[in-house]
Amino acid sequence: MTTMTYREACKQAIRAALQADPRVFMMGEDIAAYGGCYAVSKGLCAEFGAERIRDTPLSESAFVGAGIGAAMAGMRPIVEIMTVNFSLLALDQIMNNAATIPHMSGGQFAVPLVIRMATGAGRQLAAQHSHSLEGWYAHIPGLRILAPATVEDARHMLAPALADPNPVLLFEHVMLYNVEGDVDEHLEGVDITHARIRRPGNDVTVITYGGSLPRALAAAETLASDGISAEVIDLRVLRPLDMGTVAASVARTHRCVIVDEGWKSGSLAAEVCARLVESVFYELDAPIARVCAAEVPMPYAAHLEQAALPNAERIVAAVRQVVRPA
Amino acid sequence: MSGDKLHLDHQHLLRLLAQMVRIRVFERRCAELYQREKIRGFLHLYDGEEAIAVGVMATLAPQDAVIATYREHGQAIARGVPMNRLMAELYGKVEGCCRGRGGSMHFFDRALRFIGGNAIVGGGLPLAVGTALGDTMQGRDAVSACFFGEGAVDEGEFHESLNLAALWRLPVLFVCENNLYSMGTALAHAESVTDIHAKAASYGVASEAVDGNDVIAVELAARRAVAALRAGGGPQFLECRTYRTRAHSMFDAQLYRDKAEVEAWKQRSPILRFQSWLENSHLAFDDEVARLEADAEAEVTAAIEFAEAGHLEALEDLERFVVMDEVPA
Repeated sequence: MTTMTYREACKQAIRAALQADPRVFMMGEDIAAYGGCYAVSKGLCAEFGAERIRDTPLSESAFVGAGIGAAMAGMRPIVEIMTVNFSLLALDQIMNNAATIPHMSGGQFAVPLVIRMATGAGRQLAAQHSHSLEGWYAHIPGLRILAPATVEDARHMLAPALADPNPVLLFEHVMLYNVEGDVDEHLEGVDITHARIRRPGNDVTVITYGGSLPRALAAAETLASDGISAEVIDLRVLRPLDMGTVAASVARTHRCVIVDEGWKSGSLAAEVCARLVESVFYELDAPIARVCAAEVPMPYAAHLEQAALPNAERIVAAVRQVVRPA
Repeated sequence: MSGDKLHLDHQHLLRLLAQMVRIRVFERRCAELYQREKIRGFLHLYDGEEAIAVGVMATLAPQDAVIATYREHGQAIARGVPMNRLMAELYGKVEGCCRGRGGSMHFFDRALRFIGGNAIVGGGLPLAVGTALGDTMQGRDAVSACFFGEGAVDEGEFHESLNLAALWRLPVLFVCENNLYSMGTALAHAESVTDIHAKAASYGVASEAVDGNDVIAVELAARRAVAALRAGGGPQFLECRTYRTRAHSMFDAQLYRDKAEVEAWKQRSPILRFQSWLENSHLAFDDEVARLEADAEAEVTAAIEFAEAGHLEALEDLERFVVMDEVPA
């Protein structure tokens, strides 16, 4: 086991991929000379050269589309988009080309492309750098959506993502980059189809992913001292959802709180909730609760930003309401 | 025929005419089949623009990639996609080139590197930059020919893609089919500067405007451009000036242009012009022209029979290919 930061794990994953396969290359804004806006790719250009670590112009649509074309021509590109809000400038390429061409061409072409991007709030970057839009992408058939929440997943999700013949979007929460954790460097990838129980429990299932996992685990710790045993599930894969793991847990605990940094309306949390209602409605002993972001463009001021986000206290309160209604 | 020289031999000239006639006849029958509701969805015909696809495709090699538009029947036929598979696709049959999933706007043929059939105006340009990048990084001697209309010039993707292709000196042949109207909006109503080839030149892309209704002029220009691409000269741009002599789609009442304008352009039809020139120059004889027309009619008739006899995809395969099990070899 090696201890490293989430940021370092992302970088080591990219290094390993570049070493393992000459078809792998990376492109994005400020990834080479600058080292990446979150410093994930720092040093990679010196190690692998400007041919494989490519700085692009501020042309999200063109370089994401170029990634799709290069993938269709036999390469295995990793495209970095600075932050999820900027990915909207490439949404046409992601939705209308990457996700549709395999089916639209009758299976003649696959798009083995990985797109990484930062997501989420907490750094006072306001309303154009802080949203959690991964739930939107999880709406789109043909995409696999991954949200590494642990250092191990940050280190080992990339290899299976690159091996996937389909476009894979990886969402890295900005508040996780400095988190440290243990990694088994010798693993050859991790499973990218299943959710995982990060903390077992009996009284309630807390379902979350990405940057909200540490908050949910902190809430579970608080609740334990209060005699409530919370099971925390990390979805990991936002599309296709692993409802088997989730539903089995809820069928055991009979209670459920869903934590999602996206806005509540039309959210991933809404989808998980709907599927639980469809599959385990009669197992539920209480209404499902959701803890989501406030429905505002993310504000700059620290107290406003924090008030807009799910946190451990809000998760604890939601769980208490579900377990022992006032 | 390959290489950078245009050979005005009898066989090649007849081949160019035959290709244009095949497209024209195929689409005339498509329009009839649309009226009979055999073909549905949107149907965008290439009538009047045939010289561009035929002239450009004559200069490409099998390893080259072609990125097409939604008005791509002519581009697919000229690239060599079998008519049977195209007609079956229009019929929504499993024998179609996309197993009935694409329709008129989304023809694909992997074996010919015909990469769509793209109905997002401008959406194909970044893809072409990518196929050229991928080919270059793998040391392939291949160019990517990217077709788009002048409407794509309005889109940011046009500018982003030209810049990126020029910045990385990628072998992309940008082929602008300037038919003067993006749907019903005249070029002058959409662009502050209407000289498109000058816009391309502003990105440092070698750029040329050519009479898009003159198949020889198109082929000559494309041949020069492809030779420059293969020599590592960076992206090349051809603005082919042409005119769509049929409606935009089957739902277009053509309120935005004069009938006289359409008639004038019909007199400049690339087929009419080329055929007259061949006959006046004694390069083709009446019986040869009659034969290639008859061949085209017979080929399309056979394609319709093939499509009529085709099968519907099984409903249990509705979601097949949404998620791929492997990258096709």
